[in-house]
Amino acid sequence: MQKHLLLGVEAIGQGAIDGGMSGVYAYPGTPSTEITEYIQENELAKERNIHREWSANEKTAMETALGMSYAGKRAMVCMKHVGLNVAADAFVNAAITGVNGGLIVTVADDPSMHSSQNEQDSRFYAKFSMIPVLEPSNQQEAYDMARIGFELSEKAGVPVLLRITTRLAHSRAGVVRKELLDENTMVLPKDPRQFVLLPSIARKRYNMLLGNQDGYIQMAEESVYNKYIDRENKKLGIICCGIAYNYLMENYPEDDCPHPILKISQYPVPEKMIRKMEEECDELLVMEEGYPLVEEMLSDFFGRGKNVKGRLDGTLPRAGELNPDWVAKALGLPCTEGREIPELVESRPPALCMGCGHMDVYKAMNEALEVYGKGRVFSDIGCYTLGALPPYESINSCVDMGASITMAKGAADAGLIPSVAVIGDSTFTHSGITGLLDAVNEKSSITVIISDNESVSMTGGQHSSAEGKIEDICAAVGVHPDHIKVIIPHKKNHEEMVQLINEELAYEGVSVIVPRRECIQRAARMRRMAKAAKEN
Amino acid sequence: MKTDIILAGVGGQGILSIAAVIGAAALENNLELKQAETHGMSQRGGDVVSHMRISDQTIYSDLIPKGKADLILAVEPMESLRYLPYLSTEGYVVTNSTPFLNIDNYPELENVKAEIQKHKNVVLIDADKIAKEAGSVRASNIVMLGAASPFIGVDFEVLEKGVEAIFKKKGADIVNMNLKALRAGREFALAN
Repeated sequence: MQKHLLLGVEAIGQGAIDGGMSGVYAYPGTPSTEITEYIQENELAKERNIHREWSANEKTAMETALGMSYAGKRAMVCMKHVGLNVAADAFVNAAITGVNGGLIVTVADDPSMHSSQNEQDSRFYAKFSMIPVLEPSNQQEAYDMARIGFELSEKAGVPVLLRITTRLAHSRAGVVRKELLDENTMVLPKDPRQFVLLPSIARKRYNMLLGNQDGYIQMAEESVYNKYIDRENKKLGIICCGIAYNYLMENYPEDDCPHPILKISQYPVPEKMIRKMEEECDELLVMEEGYPLVEEMLSDFFGRGKNVKGRLDGTLPRAGELNPDWVAKALGLPCTEGREIPELVESRPPALCMGCGHMDVYKAMNEALEVYGKGRVFSDIGCYTLGALPPYESINSCVDMGASITMAKGAADAGLIPSVAVIGDSTFTHSGITGLLDAVNEKSSITVIISDNESVSMTGGQHSSAEGKIEDICAAVGVHPDHIKVIIPHKKNHEEMVQLINEELAYEGVSVIVPRRECIQRAARMRRMAKAAKEN
Repeated sequence: MKTDIILAGVGGQGILSIAAVIGAAALENNLELKQAETHGMSQRGGDVVSHMRISDQTIYSDLIPKGKADLILAVEPMESLRYLPYLSTEGYVVTNSTPFLNIDNYPELENVKAEIQKHKNVVLIDADKIAKEAGSVRASNIVMLGAASPFIGVDFEVLEKGVEAIFKKKGADIVNMNLKALRAGREFALAN
């Protein structure tokens, strides 16, 4: 059996291809980006002409995938956890419409916030929407679940959430591929009104969804991914969700855990298995990567039931990703630790790359804003968020995709004039356009700086939906053409840029400045690729 | 056989290439492998780490437990110290002595080296200098891999094959330069 060395995200990409997927839809976001990138580069995906272009945002991705499902084919949507907030309207309602072709929503959560604003747990969204969840514990399961997830979705009649976290996403291991499945042929839904969520139809569909819940639990009871491992010592029963199972086994490498173990990798939770554990064991320990979802379900509010240990009672830390050391401690096993980190070791935060155009923007903007004082710059999600750190300390907010423009407008409404928004090109087309429309409609005194490096850079230089379109979009939204200014952010243009920003700050209305220079990482990569192509 | 390695450095210094070579070598030897790495924001000049585990048995955790690593392989001296809690008392620190200076408050290099030398098993090597002699300072990560090669638990020939496989796309000159760097690193470690 040949093993392929794959990251968790790559295993999902391969699994989806081998599972007969006809299209992947996604917006880049760490730690989910490489699923789509893997599919984009895959020869079989090219041969099958699987759809694999980037979408403008997670909502358009989710809806487009639902459209492909409507037409009978298998589709996957990929995003990071906060992307699911953007896609939530479509995601929740897709549980009511149900699917035609299998639909997998792959969401990569980021506990410990390695590259994110929060550590929300997507399993809550699935519970809220009442759809099944697959949560792999290792790379092989990630592959297998992406491959069979379409079939599960078709059987359940709803989308399936495939939930991973950063650690599995970005860890490599050997994966064995299985038989390649055919794509579905195009076929319309049997019921032409299935996807029409008029209240009268939605009520019917919702009742169907409610009626299907017992079936979903039964699927989880019978799932090959959930297993009850019986052991002698019933003083404690251990429930492990997803990757937590590995951390438990790391502490018992000879498979000699004395306590019964319930491994959960498919939800809704297998009720019979949990009841069996509760009946047999004196107390329970729940270990899950993310929020204490299962623990909260099992914990007794009035304290009359059996003791449930986990993140809520402090047996495990409440926040952050799990690790084998925390799990050892929770099990009362001895922990080793090497030498302490010497005091002289300094932190090394990420920084803008040498020569990055965002730096020139911040230098000029800081200078132009000096007369107005600090505290009036609203920013967004991207490399330029690093402008919050020294030496620039230029920005005062970073909340969610697109919030720079809308927060600047709100602050201007409150009297903070001028207010400034700093947003990247791709973030602008992801979620900035509608906010700009609000500002134009009310003639808000805001200056919007769209720092355009012509790529989605923070996630590795993917194609930006905004490329070549920004001025046209701004004009179409209604920004006056005299106040749409483009400049090259470069040392030699510093004075000119300061003057330009000054002029637009003084303008009472919406102005847009587009400092445009290609991301230097992307430019260097392009040069290397061109050179390699020439040599070969 | 089981080797747990912490690969440490700064985003952009090429620790993922080192990991890729070891990974290819482990696969060639039919070993189990897990390798967790840092993607995303930290790659912009922040500290990055990769947990690399090789074994002839099943590997469960993607992360190495504290106090259990056999080797810290660092391409930057201060970064070798950041992961000391992971190193076992008998483990090796193999580190580049050339600092990567992208912060204003970088400690005195002599003090950093003194902290490194406090550990029992240390290989401190000027990888940048040796890489330059081999052809390009960009191969310093592969010099470091060579310096760590006696402690990885994989045959050196298999690592050489791994280097060939990883750099094949970039042409024969790049492959040969990296092989030279790999061997020079190993020679230094064996001689010191």
